Amino acid sequence: MITGDLKATYAADERVLNNSYKQAFVVAMAALCALMPLIANDYIILVASQMGIMLIAVVGVNVVIGYTGLLSLGHAAFMAIGAYSIPILHRLMDNAGLPDGVMPFIAIPGAIAISAIVGIIVGLPSLRVKGLYLAVATLSANFIIIFLIELEALAPWTGGLVGLNTPDANILGWQLDTQREMFALIAALAFLTILTVQNLFRTRVGRAFIAIRERDYSAEILGISLFRYKLMSFAISAACCGLAGALFAYFYARILPEQFELALSLQLVAALIVGGMGRTMGPVFGVMVIVMVPEVLKFTFGMVAGGAAEVAQLRAPVQEIIFGLLIIFFLMFEPLGINQLVDRGIRALNRWPFARG
Amino acid sequence: MLEVRDVHLSFGGIKALQGVGFAAKAGEITGVIGPNGAGKTSLFNAISGFYQPDRGQVLFDGADITGLSPDRRAELGIARTFQNIALFRGMTVLDNIKLGGHTRLRTGLWSALGYFGPARREELELRREIEEKVIDFLEIDHIRKYPITILPYGLQKRVELGRALAMQPRVLLLDEPVAGMNREETADMARFILDVQEQFGTTILLVEHDMHMVMDICSRIVVLNFGQQIASGTPAEVSGDPDVIEAYLGAAA
Repeated sequence: MITGDLKATYAADERVLNNSYKQAFVVAMAALCALMPLIANDYIILVASQMGIMLIAVVGVNVVIGYTGLLSLGHAAFMAIGAYSIPILHRLMDNAGLPDGVMPFIAIPGAIAISAIVGIIVGLPSLRVKGLYLAVATLSANFIIIFLIELEALAPWTGGLVGLNTPDANILGWQLDTQREMFALIAALAFLTILTVQNLFRTRVGRAFIAIRERDYSAEILGISLFRYKLMSFAISAACCGLAGALFAYFYARILPEQFELALSLQLVAALIVGGMGRTMGPVFGVMVIVMVPEVLKFTFGMVAGGAAEVAQLRAPVQEIIFGLLIIFFLMFEPLGINQLVDRGIRALNRWPFARG
Repeated sequence: MLEVRDVHLSFGGIKALQGVGFAAKAGEITGVIGPNGAGKTSLFNAISGFYQPDRGQVLFDGADITGLSPDRRAELGIARTFQNIALFRGMTVLDNIKLGGHTRLRTGLWSALGYFGPARREELELRREIEEKVIDFLEIDHIRKYPITILPYGLQKRVELGRALAMQPRVLLLDEPVAGMNREETADMARFILDVQEQFGTTILLVEHDMHMVMDICSRIVVLNFGQQIASGTPAEVSGDPDVIEAYLGAAA
């Protein structure tokens, strides 16, 4: 229990940022994100944008895996749906003669909505099966969606195997054609996503998700419809991934089907496990680690090999091994992830120097 | 209030319930007793909607609810606790009890995503109501922020009762509320059950093995044995019934 945690009203007790550490952390992160486009170099902006996109997706994965307890390995597919929705919707709007400046306002919500609907369909097996069986069902959904995108018959719309060029976002005349400008949009939407998803878990909707994770028959006895809430969980989760996919499409010049294969789904789940499942800050910590691993590796390999091709080609497998080791380490020694390590640190700090641990 | 009519339920060759029928009167405590394997919990599962009876009906307020799912029955006002505590172990006492308020709240997805405004008002109202009507009532204010896992068994049982009370149910099904408790904990629980009946006027249906408690607090008792209803009546009638004595003690030599 955190000492000095005294409240006079229920409203104060129900606040999310209920101690000074949390408040300071959020203010610092917001300030960092606001300053970054002004001072950071291109490389940092690129990495931070990747983190932002990944973060939005992992927040979504957290809803379904972390809070609702439904193991899904198909979330890359929802990102694919979101990403492919953007060029396709832009093309439709071009044909309809809409001005560029309003397109993102229709395309982004459109991408989110389409992903949410696909999410509900992919979530249907969750009504019958749990655990590993559900993981396999969602996994196959991932393969089916990628298969459809690569299908020759749909290639006029999806570009097939070679992918699609994606448009820039143009917000009321402001063309976001640099990564720096895109970062501002990504950071703002990442904050908004975390905030709104966090809000869910302060109300009956989010509590219902957690109840389903903890004990589904008990949830039913309290009047929680499993049908409704499991599908709602999948929809919200897929919507977040759809948003991440949409930003992905705007951020890069081209999207390819192979970017959304199983490896990405596994990366999303890995980030969640490392960061901490079912916790608001879990995805934040997890994404930092998962995005930093390849970058640190790139850096070390560059230093060690100096450009030798035989060494450089080891990088990809080494990266996979490190991801694997991270997952094993956290599942065995700290299943609640980095979030729990941080919590424990804060508690120790609060008691120091009167007690340890 | 709650009526069970000629309910039959079987699992393969096992006939768990064979023509059980009784009515729990509004505002009264009705006890269901019987030796192990008599079908008491199966009866509860049929009433709360986990099992579909092969034959017979469950009526709530005169309406047939036999075909409804458990969550629909909860919405009508049927709450229950489980024999082997079914709390949400990862959550705090407060969150567990708040979940009991689920059916009475109206917050939908969109207002939940926004939180500030109607969702916040409703949450704060729920918090106040739970603090006053459940947490104070059950004397568990000192543990409200504790996770369930660290609580002793007796308190967990009490929290489960609290979660059911947060539903403000019209009928409360208690499956062995004092199983495994010592005499003091049993007395506490009996007192809370009587308080619930008195203060909220809740109709209570109770499965229990503790005969002292059942005889003390129930106004009517139904006795099951091997899925058959062998007696029903006031505690005095039932305890004098030769069939009941035989079921519990075996036939006289």
